[in-house]
Amino acid sequence: MSWLRTVRDELIGLFVDDGRFAASIVGWIVLCALVLPRVSLPAATPPILLFAGLAVILVHNAARRAREGRQP
Amino acid sequence: MEIDWTHAGPSIAAAFFASLVEFIEALTIVLAVGAVRGWRGALGGTGLALASLLALVIVLGPALTRIPLQAVQLGLGTLLLLFGMRWLRKAILRASGVIPLHDELAAYARERAALEAMGVRKSGWDRVAAATAFKITMIEGIEVVFIVIALGAARAGLLVPASLGALAALVLVILLGLLLHRPVAMIPENTLKFIVGVLLCAFGTFWAGEGMGLTWSGEDWSIPALNAGFLAAALVAIPICGGRQRMLAAGERA
Repeated sequence: MSWLRTVRDELIGLFVDDGRFAASIVGWIVLCALVLPRVSLPAATPPILLFAGLAVILVHNAARRAREGRQP
Repeated sequence: MEIDWTHAGPSIAAAFFASLVEFIEALTIVLAVGAVRGWRGALGGTGLALASLLALVIVLGPALTRIPLQAVQLGLGTLLLLFGMRWLRKAILRASGVIPLHDELAAYARERAALEAMGVRKSGWDRVAAATAFKITMIEGIEVVFIVIALGAARAGLLVPASLGALAALVLVILLGLLLHRPVAMIPENTLKFIVGVLLCAFGTFWAGEGMGLTWSGEDWSIPALNAGFLAAALVAIPICGGRQRMLAAGERA
């Protein structure tokens, strides 16, 4: 059964190596999926909000990781 | 089936570059296995893995077309974002010196040393060689399968072009392996990963948005705009991370 665990870990590792980062991405997508189609905004705005949130998550998380310092 | 190459071009490019990175990493280990334990097991394990991966694409790709398109787009877009943003974050951290650069020659030397420690066997069917080559080709190949399906299954007619992009990368890496007989270290892999991270993030955002029912002004032309946006975000992040890293290093020295 250890090979099954290895396969499972490899599959999860494809998408998640920092739990907080992955949770932020999924959380933002879920929030956008629930809210953006229901609010009345100019058509161009919701895609920009979707992108902007993801860009902020990327920059913020990379900066947080950099604060933690160099690891081998 | 007719392919609209204008729409397929970005998928082919993204699949090609992403697969190139993965196949280069697999080639490094397969070369180490072949050089230390013989080519029969190394090539046998690699061939078996490639056949398994092809079967996965053939089964999974068309199966996804039975699920409602918007659900597939939202699901694959989310996974593509998790995958692509993980790559891009790592590329940013490497570019800013927070984590070490990936070094194919060092990976090759490590794998050779590990295999040599197990003893050398150059003749007959070598299970260790086959299993090692199978495992690395499957690990890297699963990522390629995911990329091909994520780029290809979210819209009708894109699976074949995305597969062709990955296939072209496979052929290129095989040719480089045959010509060089050593790891492909001259391709700037970290830069490639940075570019691929940007491409995958752009596609992931586009598919996720389509899955939510959002309207992209400019339709497919939004993908280059998203590429530019993620590239700008990454270029902003590099000096921020580098500055944090230098502050931390200065604090440790003081």
